[in-house]
Amino acid sequence: MRGWIRTGVGVLIVLVLLFPLYWMLNASLQPSGALLRPTPEFLPLPATLDGYREALATQGGHLLSSLLVAGGTVVVSLVIATPAAYSLAQLRWRGGPVFVFALLIVQMIPGIVMANSLYALFGDLGLIDNYLGLVLADSTATVPFAILVLRAFMVAIPRELSEAARVDGAGHWRTFVSIIVPVSRNAVVTAGVFAFLFAWADFLFAMTLTTGQGIEPVTVGIYRFVGNQTADWNGIMATAVLAAIPAAILLVVAQRYVVAGMTGGAVKE
Amino acid sequence: MSRRAAAIAFLLPALLYVLVFFGYPLVYNLLMSLRDFSVRSFYTGQAPFVGVANYVAALGNPVFARAALNTVWFTVGSIVFQFGIGLALAVFFNGRFLGSATLRALLLLPWLLPLVVSGAVWRWIFDQDHGVLNTALRLVGLPAIPWLTDTGWALPAVILTNIWIGIPFNLVLLHGGLRAIPGSLYEAAALDGAGGWQRFRSITWPLLRPVTGIVLMLGLVYTIKVFDVIMVITGGGPANATQTLTTFSYSLSFHDFAFGQGAAIGNVLILVSTVFGFVYLRSARESLT
Repeated sequence: MRGWIRTGVGVLIVLVLLFPLYWMLNASLQPSGALLRPTPEFLPLPATLDGYREALATQGGHLLSSLLVAGGTVVVSLVIATPAAYSLAQLRWRGGPVFVFALLIVQMIPGIVMANSLYALFGDLGLIDNYLGLVLADSTATVPFAILVLRAFMVAIPRELSEAARVDGAGHWRTFVSIIVPVSRNAVVTAGVFAFLFAWADFLFAMTLTTGQGIEPVTVGIYRFVGNQTADWNGIMATAVLAAIPAAILLVVAQRYVVAGMTGGAVKE
Repeated sequence: MSRRAAAIAFLLPALLYVLVFFGYPLVYNLLMSLRDFSVRSFYTGQAPFVGVANYVAALGNPVFARAALNTVWFTVGSIVFQFGIGLALAVFFNGRFLGSATLRALLLLPWLLPLVVSGAVWRWIFDQDHGVLNTALRLVGLPAIPWLTDTGWALPAVILTNIWIGIPFNLVLLHGGLRAIPGSLYEAAALDGAGGWQRFRSITWPLLRPVTGIVLMLGLVYTIKVFDVIMVITGGGPANATQTLTTFSYSLSFHDFAFGQGAAIGNVLILVSTVFGFVYLRSARESLT
């Protein structure tokens, strides 16, 4: 196939597959009434920002809650996972391989099982409707992944590098902070990006570990919004667009890390 | 500090985390499934031991059979099409042409969005009176379909949504696998006069096998535990037509407050996932160690 024909077909494929996203954007910019006409408008003309005003008014706090939970999850995941990965990849304790295997297994535990028992545990600890509770719950998905991705990267760091630092009198902690972490920057960013994306998108824990009386992440906000009988699609789609923004931003600024993470958990290149 | 002590010290936070946040819930879930655990239990601390009664009740519930079958259909339907379309796109975008990298990157978007967002968007698309899908059907003279209110159409509708969500994942992993195949093989085959289909069958497909196995197994493990998409689009309905094992477990625990039965279904899910998980680990062992 000639190059430009192929580009044309490629553009067509992307247009078809991304049409639902255009349709979301389209509905988010039209007055609610216009969305209920017999034939839909394919262009949001005249456009209105009413949906976004409503989204920010009713879901703005939920977006902020999600941001806090996602940020907290990134911090907790990296603080726990980075030293662990250093230990597994470079210090190599006998029990390490068993631990790695355990991580691979626990990664496959369905979230609903975690939610079921965390609900009981958090009830006792007073962590229901709590930011720390959601951060710790979300970390159950992100910590094992982060350790595995970081370890896979750190295994490739020559041992001579950290041994040289040790010869120069640096302790294990010093070696970790000033050599291993900077060298592993890319893997740390990948693990962080994925922790953020997961926690931002989390619905199961947000749904089960909150009661609707306290904090409410935006995923639950959208779910309740959609569930209203008088579905106001303009406001819902505007909220959906706002909730999609972090993913879109990361795709633009951190695409390399996203692809690395998608393949990193599965195949080593 | 000796290396061994340092190794353990650096690993300690993670060890503790895994023990508390995986070990405890797993054991707790097992104990919960053997007890009559209700809302009252949370206040009184009383949950009488009932043996396998929860399993008998949950597995004997007619919804269980429905949910299990739906989970199979959902998983098989999703994976067959995600993989097929993902592979076709991976082959297409593997060639170098103007904009191929940018277009491929754009296709990642559906996978990166929160599932709740994708679910909401598709629910709007499936809307019976105002959804664009039925508008298109009417345009070509076909009758509108009650996508989400008809027991026959709801499952295909959520499967369609999940296929859309999963294509990018398959595309990226398979594309990575394709790039690892040396181009010289194709050149040699072309010199021998092999056509496009023949090159795919005798070079691409066999050499892609290891990646194929990993993609399918990961897809299986992810898809079996589907929750978000179904909750947002149909909530498991109408009349349990889209109930899966996860949504069934959720509704037992958090809707009926029969936590013991919810935990029992959860343990069934663990069993299924670990069986596939072990198959995956076996097939991926070489690339992981």
